[in-house]
Amino acid sequence: MWIYILRRVLYNLPVFLGIILFLMAALRVKDPIPGMLGKFPEPEDYARMEKALGLDQPFLVQYASFLADIVTLDFDQESYDKPGLQAGEIVKDAIPPTMAITVPALMLSTLISVCVALISAFYRGRLPDRLLVFLAVIGMSVSFVVYIIIGQYFGAYRLNELLGPGNGLFAIEGFDTSEPGWWVHYCLLPVLISVIVSMGYDTRFYRAVMVEESGKDYIVTAQAKGASKKKIMFVHMLKNAMIPIITRVMITLPFLITGSFLLEMYFNIPGMGNNLIRAINANDFPVIQAFGAIFAAFFIVTNILTDVAYALVDPRVRLS
Amino acid sequence: MTAPNKPLLELRDVRTYFYGDEGEARAVDGVSYTIGPGQTLGVVGESGCGKSVTALSIMRLVPSPPGKTVAGQILFEGRDLLALEEREMRAIRGNDIAMIFQEPATALNPVYTVGNQIVEAVRLHQGLDREQARARAIEMLKLVGIPSPEERVDEYPHQLSGGMRQRVMIALAMSCDPKLLIADEPTTALDVTVQAQILELISALQKRTGMSVLLITHDLGVVAETADHVCVMYAGKVVETAPVERLFARPAHPYTIGLLRSLPELARPGEKLPTIEGVVPNATRFPSGCRFRTRCSLARDLCAEREPPLEPVGGDEGDGHAAACHFLEEAIEL
Ligand SMILES: Nc1ncnc2c1ncn2[C@@H]1O[C@H](COP(=O)(O)OP(=O)(O)OP(=O)(O)O)[C@@H](O)[C@H]1O
Ligand SMILES: [Mg+2]
Repeated sequence: MWIYILRRVLYNLPVFLGIILFLMAALRVKDPIPGMLGKFPEPEDYARMEKALGLDQPFLVQYASFLADIVTLDFDQESYDKPGLQAGEIVKDAIPPTMAITVPALMLSTLISVCVALISAFYRGRLPDRLLVFLAVIGMSVSFVVYIIIGQYFGAYRLNELLGPGNGLFAIEGFDTSEPGWWVHYCLLPVLISVIVSMGYDTRFYRAVMVEESGKDYIVTAQAKGASKKKIMFVHMLKNAMIPIITRVMITLPFLITGSFLLEMYFNIPGMGNNLIRAINANDFPVIQAFGAIFAAFFIVTNILTDVAYALVDPRVRLS
Repeated sequence: MTAPNKPLLELRDVRTYFYGDEGEARAVDGVSYTIGPGQTLGVVGESGCGKSVTALSIMRLVPSPPGKTVAGQILFEGRDLLALEEREMRAIRGNDIAMIFQEPATALNPVYTVGNQIVEAVRLHQGLDREQARARAIEMLKLVGIPSPEERVDEYPHQLSGGMRQRVMIALAMSCDPKLLIADEPTTALDVTVQAQILELISALQKRTGMSVLLITHDLGVVAETADHVCVMYAGKVVETAPVERLFARPAHPYTIGLLRSLPELARPGEKLPTIEGVVPNATRFPSGCRFRTRCSLARDLCAEREPPLEPVGGDEGDGHAAACHFLEEAIEL
């Protein structure tokens, strides 16, 4: 197993190096400095900035030093938009708020969707199944923004009115993690909205997976053995279904960071999405570059984890 | 050999229909047959004639929807399986009646070891603890001729060859000492040498345990070697039934005669193999009267008007040879 993991890591390493190379090149195709200092900067300002960003060095040297930053997780260039802060600090501070939403949201929506899909597959073709599929399609047809607006209207505005000023259960701005119960206050509502948004898609996908599995021959064998329907679903079907389930969850992971752009904007959460958009708007070169590296690393780690998860679930993977 | 014992399994006019977009498909439409204790009944017929659906009906595993056994009785040791509660039926499946399938590659669950899959059945029906069940699994693997069973028990299906997987399926089926083994084309997916081994294994296990076997196949050669009694099915019905020697010596139904003629073993050298013209009619649109008439050289008006009943052949009724044809006398001369 360890050898397998090592192989996966070695296999993904060149991919990561390639992504970083591409990221750095892409950010340098157009000279980033005029974006910060204006179209016609004073030559000495320009030189200072160029030196601060290391852009005066040959590309290979920049590449090496940026890789060193990544390895040590120390992005020490100063932010242009928020002077006094290092790019690494901005990224580091942005991760927890994002995770506070995306991790519970993903876990909840996966858990609920898989259960709903199991119920749906259990009653396949009958009323409960049809009803659930119908709800899923409706859920999918409504835009993310609509859920956010409705959620904020009822969950924050109307509910707070009901509970009286100052006692509101959910807030849509602020985000102060030093308060007791901050998570419920600031994160629960966006988490719920995010779960509802993904439920439709997830349920439909997982139901299709279950239906496909339930038509496989090994199910008939298990039935012919005398196993109960419950046992067949939870012991036989679910473990086989784990393979596509894992794939989907892992594919969803990076999207959850981007998916939370909207949520973070509407709820004023100082997470990755909010900060990245802000950095892009401000042409904050060091911060954009650090975010890019973190996204890439996240993507690669996800990839490796996916492969490991496969190996844990599917005995056929290990040998190859 | 075919002592008129009380039958172990008796199908009486079983009808299983599928309800799909094309209407009602009468996949099994009034099938009756019996299997005595220790006997092997071979069921033959072309693809799509309802052999598997009959077997699934016995196990009450017809996918529903769209399928449903709408009429008939399936008496197992005198009890009508169709009238049992699902819970009672589960106690019979895998325990009194076990089943093996055509595709050993997909019939085993890929994510569990073969040992675990046998253990599951044994623990379900025999209430053994984990250790005992594992010992039983190893014993079963040994019984079906799998080398080094102590190691194989922890392997996954993909690590075994096709023949070995079918042996595992047999070990699984035999693990609770069934009284009846339903083998639905157990050798079709295997290559020829392995086929013979698997059939021998089933026969050996049958001798040892005294179980009955329902052997479904479209290979008359297999039937000739292993079955005591044969049922020939066509379009959801039994068209002829007879002891095996009798069927091969004196087939009575035009369809059976056609099937036997098309056997390579019986063909005269240098002659092109005769085949039965046409295809099996679609189960939603069977012809009126005799269902074989569209492909039969003897067919005439009566065949379209009336369905021929299954009637004893050759006068002497004791040996259980019967066929469903209006013109049996002429058919024998074919
Ligand atoms: N799940 C199903 N849904 C609809 N129709 C079905 C289903 N299973 C079987 N049938 C119909 O039942 C008929 C009999 O099928 P069955 O599988 O019993 O044939 P068979 O004799 O076992 O053939 P084969 O030799 O190919 O296994 C077929 O015509 C098929 O169309
Ligand atoms: Mg079949």
